[in-house]
Amino acid sequence: MSFNLKDILTPFTAWSRVVKEPVTIKDPFTREAAPRYRGFHDNDVQLCIGCGSCEAICENQAIDLVPIEGVEGIETKSGDSGLRPSIDYGRCCWCALCVDICTTDSLRLTNAYTWVDTDPDNFIFTPGVTPKDWYEKEEGWRKPGHGYEFYSHERVHMEELHADERKDSFIEFVKGYSAEQAKKEADRCVACGICTATCPAHMGIPEYIKAVRDDDMEHGMKILYETNPLPEICGRICTHKCEDVCSVGFKNGSDPLSIRWLKRYIADQIPADVDKYKDMLGTGEIAKNDKKVAIIGSGPAGLSAAHYLALLGYNCTIFEKLPQAGGMMRYGIPSYRLPYDQIDKDVDYILSLGVDIKYNVNVGTDITLEQLSKDFDAVYAGTGLHLGRSTRIPGSEHENVYQSVDLLRNIVTGAPVPVEKKVVVIGGGNVAMDITRSMARLQMEKFGEVNVIATSLEDEEHMPADREEVVEAREEGCTIIPGYGPQEVVITDGKVTGLRVWKCLSIFDETGAFNPKFDEADERIFEGDMVIESIGQGMDLSYLSEEIKSKIEFGPRGRILVNEDWQAKGLPWLFIGGDIIEGPDVIHGIANGHRGAQSIDKFLNEGR
Amino acid sequence: MINKFLGFKPDEKLLPSQTVTEDTEIDLSSHKYQKIWLGPNHPGVTGNMAIELTVQGTTVMRAKTHVGYLHRGFEKLIERRLFVQGFPTSIRMCVAEPDTNEYFIARSTEELSGYADAVPEYANWLRMLSLEMARLAGLLRGVPGQGGTFALGIGVQWGVYLRDLILDRFEELSGARVYHMYIIPGGVRGALPDGFKERMEDNLRDIDDFIIRIKKLMFHNSVFKQRAKGLAVITPEMVDKYGIVGTNARCCGVKRDVRKDNPYLYYDKLDFDPPTATDGDVYSRTWIRWQELIQTVDLIRQIMAKMPKKGDIRCKMPNVLNWKIPKGETYVRLESGRGEMGMYYVTDGSDKPRRINLRGPSYNHAISVLEHMLIGQDVADVHAIMVSLQTCPPEIER
Ligand code: SF4
Ligand code: SF4
Ligand code: SF4
Repeated sequence: MSFNLKDILTPFTAWSRVVKEPVTIKDPFTREAAPRYRGFHDNDVQLCIGCGSCEAICENQAIDLVPIEGVEGIETKSGDSGLRPSIDYGRCCWCALCVDICTTDSLRLTNAYTWVDTDPDNFIFTPGVTPKDWYEKEEGWRKPGHGYEFYSHERVHMEELHADERKDSFIEFVKGYSAEQAKKEADRCVACGICTATCPAHMGIPEYIKAVRDDDMEHGMKILYETNPLPEICGRICTHKCEDVCSVGFKNGSDPLSIRWLKRYIADQIPADVDKYKDMLGTGEIAKNDKKVAIIGSGPAGLSAAHYLALLGYNCTIFEKLPQAGGMMRYGIPSYRLPYDQIDKDVDYILSLGVDIKYNVNVGTDITLEQLSKDFDAVYAGTGLHLGRSTRIPGSEHENVYQSVDLLRNIVTGAPVPVEKKVVVIGGGNVAMDITRSMARLQMEKFGEVNVIATSLEDEEHMPADREEVVEAREEGCTIIPGYGPQEVVITDGKVTGLRVWKCLSIFDETGAFNPKFDEADERIFEGDMVIESIGQGMDLSYLSEEIKSKIEFGPRGRILVNEDWQAKGLPWLFIGGDIIEGPDVIHGIANGHRGAQSIDKFLNEGR
Repeated sequence: MINKFLGFKPDEKLLPSQTVTEDTEIDLSSHKYQKIWLGPNHPGVTGNMAIELTVQGTTVMRAKTHVGYLHRGFEKLIERRLFVQGFPTSIRMCVAEPDTNEYFIARSTEELSGYADAVPEYANWLRMLSLEMARLAGLLRGVPGQGGTFALGIGVQWGVYLRDLILDRFEELSGARVYHMYIIPGGVRGALPDGFKERMEDNLRDIDDFIIRIKKLMFHNSVFKQRAKGLAVITPEMVDKYGIVGTNARCCGVKRDVRKDNPYLYYDKLDFDPPTATDGDVYSRTWIRWQELIQTVDLIRQIMAKMPKKGDIRCKMPNVLNWKIPKGETYVRLESGRGEMGMYYVTDGSDKPRRINLRGPSYNHAISVLEHMLIGQDVADVHAIMVSLQTCPPEIER
């Protein structure tokens, strides 16, 4: 090998670097990390709902959800598990997947990255709760954006009949999901269970949504029936409190899961065949006992109680004053929202479990409650709210002023329903929307055009009706004018000609009592030939004899007081449920019917 | 000749009496041989592996690679996790260039679930950028590191500083310096930050300067030439026999580069020609890696010039928590700094991979090739040979 002088000298050019400034950082502790750096965690615990998605995605199982109850300055809210993520830095690899999936965007990584401590236990901490000096750092890792999302924020659209096709017809207008749509929608669920906690019946929502993804409808049905024996009905008209809290819908611009439609999808896949149902749910053979329970009313609470009591082997008899089962579900909800065959599907199965039902029997007149208490071991009363409430404004006693419950019932029974050219509805709840939309359909049939005005005390934002009800009513040609309080039914020459209203400024006073304030200067007259009041319903407790009334206790507004086992205080054999206790809505009725059944079981087994 | 120059006369009796080959018989009871363990804890070993050397004098008679010091069952860990949870573990199978493994996991899952074509264009360019940045970071350590094996430490210091600047760019792009966790199934995890290109260009200019300095330091250096030239020659015949890839194959004229032979991402839109050499020795390997340094800097410039200004960084995919992939298998490969790498990925319809297997070049280079090449070499060169093959133990022990 030959030597080359150049090769000996050239490397010495490296000495030229001696005069350069050193490149090392003298004090690494003050070096700021990049704005996107994945450093230590911070959590906005006020925003976080404890959904646990961060825990679910952490591949190192570094996250544990811990209760934060009692931590000063932190309040939990509705739709909040009361838990917050605590992180073990002995396991964390700072991947930030937890941040990327966080349903509320409360979690982030700051760009702080040095932490010296002598106690290893300190490295398990609850971000946002355990005091740390990096929380004030603004920079660090947040969800990247630019089309980056871990689950779809957009709900799969449910096909509906167009307003023009549906506004003159009572056929169901929401078409239901196809298998592909249902799976796509079910895919969005993060299985946090926040909805389960909020659902009055505590349905196993994430599990049945998983059953949709797995295409296992039978398993889905089993889960539905664990807590809810009316899936077809609830799958259509449930007030879906679960969706209000769904963590996937927590952020603005993100839709909650269509929990209700997915439930309907499962039930819709199973044909209306009680034998198939029994097979699937394993209820073919039920060992009967010798106890008898009377149930007054076949609404959601009564049916639910009957179902769970029948499964426990009790002999149940339902006393229904109307010719068909279902209560308000059949006689209060129009069929375009809840078709009768779907009610029958749910009810037939319950009756097939050996539940006896006597129609057209009015407890109180046809048979007394005392008699029932003698013939049966326990009585369950779920009699509901069937009496319309009046505004009692001047003119409201006119014969062309109606109660929505009465009209809705008449539509079902086929009794005559008066339909005028111009209708005014008072009320902003779901029942008000039901009557508004039903009247619109009847007007279409009769006159070929819609002219209904619905008005409510509450303004647009606070109307109690479900948003989609209001939107759909408008699509069908109804006029909804929220924020006005009725003052008088205008009567000219003995005929109703309209409703005089004032702008409503506030509904409740400082003490929270109902005490609306009006702006008299903003007065309007809504023209109408008939007025329908739909401001809520009252209960009809006339089946309680004076003697029974004297034995039980009543609370405010005439509500029967019950103990934690739903027993009327004073009469241990009388159990109360449904809208007269909680609600009004179907799912509360189903839930307390289920619990009522368990209490009756406990009561009848006491001492055994 | 240098011995003559220095007047040094070794005692011939102590040296092996014959040319050493794999077949040379060794009688350990003759007391002529000694066993030395190089590693697993040794500053000159490339990671957690050991070479069991049998030497006579300073001549290596036998070499055996031992692994098992770092085995954490990476593949099994990934097989027990959801598809989206795989990439943060995969990177541990390569510290120097972790991005390759992120790409494997992402690309395999995308192919098997039918999203391969859905990945946004912008994201694919960013993937290419991060892969080339990782190559650059590796070369900035690897090229001067070869000098380091011959006690030329200064270049390593220069290179590590510049590598740190690239890590700064990684930090602002991905949020981390070493384990970037940037390439995710469906795309990447961050858009290009404002001003990134300018800062990168500054760094690249520093690297241009470094490239010239390191050339003077190493390739115009009689000591380096003396020791590296002719050392541990890879012949074209060995290439197929041992499955040699990457610069280790190109150093003897076998031009293999997955980026050219089987273009992935947008490598077919880039203008480059993988450098080759003919001698196959340590010097040639270092020399073409130095040329790759120039080429990689150029590729990064090309990528930054050609990539779209903005766009989506991830395509719409199923909810990561519920993501199931139909039954299937795939093999994804790419050209890493150490040569062709690949991942075999099997799915069974569930929400976790059924089997994954990483095939890294070190599997051959650090075992069969190294064990073969060390025979007959001087102990003082073992470290240099090992580094010249770019052996990396985590690829062997997945
Ligand atoms: S994912 Fe977000 S909202 Fe849910 S528990 Fe974790 S930090 Fe809280
Ligand atoms: S950063 Fe990654 S490893 Fe750490 S807690 Fe979050 S998900 Fe788990
Ligand atoms: S439906 Fe919504 S709230 Fe319920 S488990 Fe799924 S993501 Fe959570």
